[in-house]
Amino acid sequence: MKIKYSRELCQGHNRCYMLAPELFDVDDEGYAVLLVDGEVPAELHEKAQLCVDNCPEYAIELTE
Amino acid sequence: MEDLVKEPVADWATDFDHSHPDYGANAPAIWDELRTTCPVAHSERFGGMWLPTRHDDIAAIAANDDGNYTSQRVVVSAVEDESMPAPIGGAPPITSDPPFHADARRLLLAPFAPKVINEITPFARQFCNDLLDDALAKAQANDGVFDAAVDYAQSIPVRVIAKMLGLPPEDGDIFRRFIHQIVENPVDHDVADEDSIEVYLDAQIDKHKADPKPEGDLIDHLLRVELYGEKLSDEHVRGTVILLLIAGIDTTWSAIGSSLWHLAQNPDDLKRYRDEPEIRPFAQEEFLRFYAPVTMARLVAQDHELRGCPMKQGDWVLLPFPAANRDPEAFDDADTFIIDRQKNRHGAFGLGIHRCLGSNLARMELAVALDVFVERIDEFELVDPEAVRFSTGQIRGPRELPIRVTR
Repeated sequence: MKIKYSRELCQGHNRCYMLAPELFDVDDEGYAVLLVDGEVPAELHEKAQLCVDNCPEYAIELTE
Repeated sequence: MEDLVKEPVADWATDFDHSHPDYGANAPAIWDELRTTCPVAHSERFGGMWLPTRHDDIAAIAANDDGNYTSQRVVVSAVEDESMPAPIGGAPPITSDPPFHADARRLLLAPFAPKVINEITPFARQFCNDLLDDALAKAQANDGVFDAAVDYAQSIPVRVIAKMLGLPPEDGDIFRRFIHQIVENPVDHDVADEDSIEVYLDAQIDKHKADPKPEGDLIDHLLRVELYGEKLSDEHVRGTVILLLIAGIDTTWSAIGSSLWHLAQNPDDLKRYRDEPEIRPFAQEEFLRFYAPVTMARLVAQDHELRGCPMKQGDWVLLPFPAANRDPEAFDDADTFIIDRQKNRHGAFGLGIHRCLGSNLARMELAVALDVFVERIDEFELVDPEAVRFSTGQIRGPRELPIRVTR
């Protein structure tokens, strides 16, 4: 499972950082920073899906 | 305070009025009806305004990809605005348009980033406990009754933003008077100059200028930062302080109050919120979705059509994010409150470039206010559902919420 994050679409709602700090950090301005290099570890698949399902700006995508 | 008696609304599709008491009490039913019968409602009130109710339309207007709208005014008002012109507007950055908007906003992002806000949590927690000490003492002498909106919810954001801005905490009543003037009572009214928010804040900002502190509060920060190589103008500083003071108070007060209103009427949800801490982050987001307090406004910047409706330059357009949050096209079981809802892309803090700057602060205050409340109070109920009074205007939430502590 691969995760893609768009800094262009991100408006700093911080939902992903709150739900999955293992996958997302935030920078000093409150925008998300993806912590993994594309591939999501198996134990974090569920959390990655939560990040997708709760991003108001549709800035996060998962692909197989 | 004296408000004008509003003309009754003849038909919500052609004569809606968000400042009418009937709207405050019944808004979700009105949105649901309009969404299926007339998704972009119109009214001649306030010189002409539109009310879209579908998530897609609201999100598209917020995104404003074609420049059809301006944020120069975000609160519908019959009072003329004599402040800074576009793209700055009277309260930057909320009243600003691109490209100026992003530059003015960037100055404020760091002080509201989540890790900075987290550091205020212990202060908020202590203050919530202090408020409940007083409220519960009052309840003990009054058959278990206190007002969860007046004695608890309303004071929390006032106290926190006063600390962040460096304003006297005892001036809370003055801040609430400004909110009434600016947000809750958007009809023509006279405010004596000496009672205006401008005069009050100029005096407070002058005090900060006379005693600058390098690691100081938000007013010190605004007086120190530079935009395009220059200090901010006095008008810009004052406009931004007006924004920071007004925007966080009755919005957060409404979110906390609506959540407590829900818990008072839904003992099963109260029990789950208390007994299952792992669902709390989802519950807080569901409170925000279901009871989103904030409707923003825009002005039409250029003539265009929206779903066949003729939008004319200068018309008001309301952005009812709470209506977007109830759109069945965007949410499963949109009109059902699901305390552990897992899929929730709600827009309670707005969508697009104007996402609420204080969203991390508001979330922290909501979480702390609810957590402390359920730690201290096991069970509670409404004294009388009819005694709950909702606000009118663009910020929706209970302003009077008498509850009885039963355990």
